[in-house]
Amino acid sequence: MSALMQEMNARALALGIPLSVQLDLTYRCNERCVHCYLDHHDHGEMTTTEIKHLLEEMAEAGVFILTLSGGEIMMRRDFFEILEYARQLAFCVKLKTNAVLIREREAARIRDLGVESIQVSIYSHRPEVHDAITLIPGSLKRSIDAIRFLKSQGLKVIIANVLMTRNMQDYRGVRALAAELGVTSTLDPTVTPMMDGNRSTLSLGVNTSALRNVFRDQALVGDVDGFCAVPARPNEEQLESLPCSAGHTAAYVSPYGDVYPCVQFPLPCGNVRRQRFVDIWRHSDQLQEVRSIRLKDLPSCSQCTHVANCTRCPGLAYMEGNMRGPSTQDCEKSFARTGIPSANLLSRKPASTNLVQIRALPSVAGATA
Amino acid sequence: MSKLYIARSPKLAARALDGEMMIMSGTDSTLYTLNKTATIIWQAADGKTPLDEIVERRILPEFEIDAASALQDAETLALDLASHGILQVSEEPITQPKPASGEAA
Repeated sequence: MSALMQEMNARALALGIPLSVQLDLTYRCNERCVHCYLDHHDHGEMTTTEIKHLLEEMAEAGVFILTLSGGEIMMRRDFFEILEYARQLAFCVKLKTNAVLIREREAARIRDLGVESIQVSIYSHRPEVHDAITLIPGSLKRSIDAIRFLKSQGLKVIIANVLMTRNMQDYRGVRALAAELGVTSTLDPTVTPMMDGNRSTLSLGVNTSALRNVFRDQALVGDVDGFCAVPARPNEEQLESLPCSAGHTAAYVSPYGDVYPCVQFPLPCGNVRRQRFVDIWRHSDQLQEVRSIRLKDLPSCSQCTHVANCTRCPGLAYMEGNMRGPSTQDCEKSFARTGIPSANLLSRKPASTNLVQIRALPSVAGATA
Repeated sequence: MSKLYIARSPKLAARALDGEMMIMSGTDSTLYTLNKTATIIWQAADGKTPLDEIVERRILPEFEIDAASALQDAETLALDLASHGILQVSEEPITQPKPASGEAA
């Protein structure tokens, strides 16, 4: 993030402005990715009119960066009408898509509308791996063709890869593919539970041992020693800081109009079909609670050696049952990175043999009672 | 210099934050911020109103500055913003689909 963007974020935070919103236009999708957390059935998406009205409300509230995502955004027949309207309202628009439905004509339209960037999901450079994750034969070729169309229009494309056991051998190949296509790439080892709380998708994630190797890949992290360094003890200023931007300068709106602090933080804060976006943003009890939390308020994490540079996600913590608790996936990342277990991981260790040995045997306890 | 007309470039993203404009270039994602004076000029840049009229109507009432200096500063600013692709500058009125000013309603 540029220094100027950091400054804008700081000003937005001070003013209570939702600088950045992700709006999922639909949960419908033309792929069936094995790790996806969404229910793809349409349970009553906002209409075109409702979305345009919401965009007006968000512009009025000061939203600058608008990420349109899904599901697959191109599954909405009114996608370009929505995009055009968003640009008329001068949003900085970013798109997240699998790009399967983007051909030359769509790429040209996206360029004409002045989209800032397009993030395309690619899980492998090999069709047999990527297509086995999306469950759609031919999807890798379609997505790569689309990236070429977008690049030929001079657009900024980012490949987003999710690291899982099924594709962990291929992340270097994806990076090489990105370089060949002239685009940047990201790699995220986070697999999210399903929206209904089902955690079965988590088994697709890589284990700590594999993650440790990835975190020591110089081509990926740069300065390995610095990246994997043992964290310094946090100072008071760090303990007073915010866990992340969710609910502070960022929000998420679902296709049904539900407002959440973040796409990964399914704490319902209101619905734009019943309230104005800005009223939810300013007055929701749930957002107020999220905003009240500082690192020092996290019972376990504030005592943890990793607290100052942990990637802890409050949303994942919430999905584990407590928005002030740890997010175990991030504890595991910190452990894989540094070799030092987090306070949360330590507390989960089974009792040692010694402690078991001093427990009173039932017969002895009975004799002394 | 003859009359100058200025228009907001269509591929920009813009939003007012505390009275100052944040502007993101559509071509290279560079972020700019405009101070209050530049913001006034940006918001008035409709392609139809000449710059001297914008200065007379929008700048002079706000700032203690003589008209000639204000116009000179505004022209310099407009050309600078044009060099970054933020404004279009022409000696003729500029007709194009009107890009939003990014002002909060």
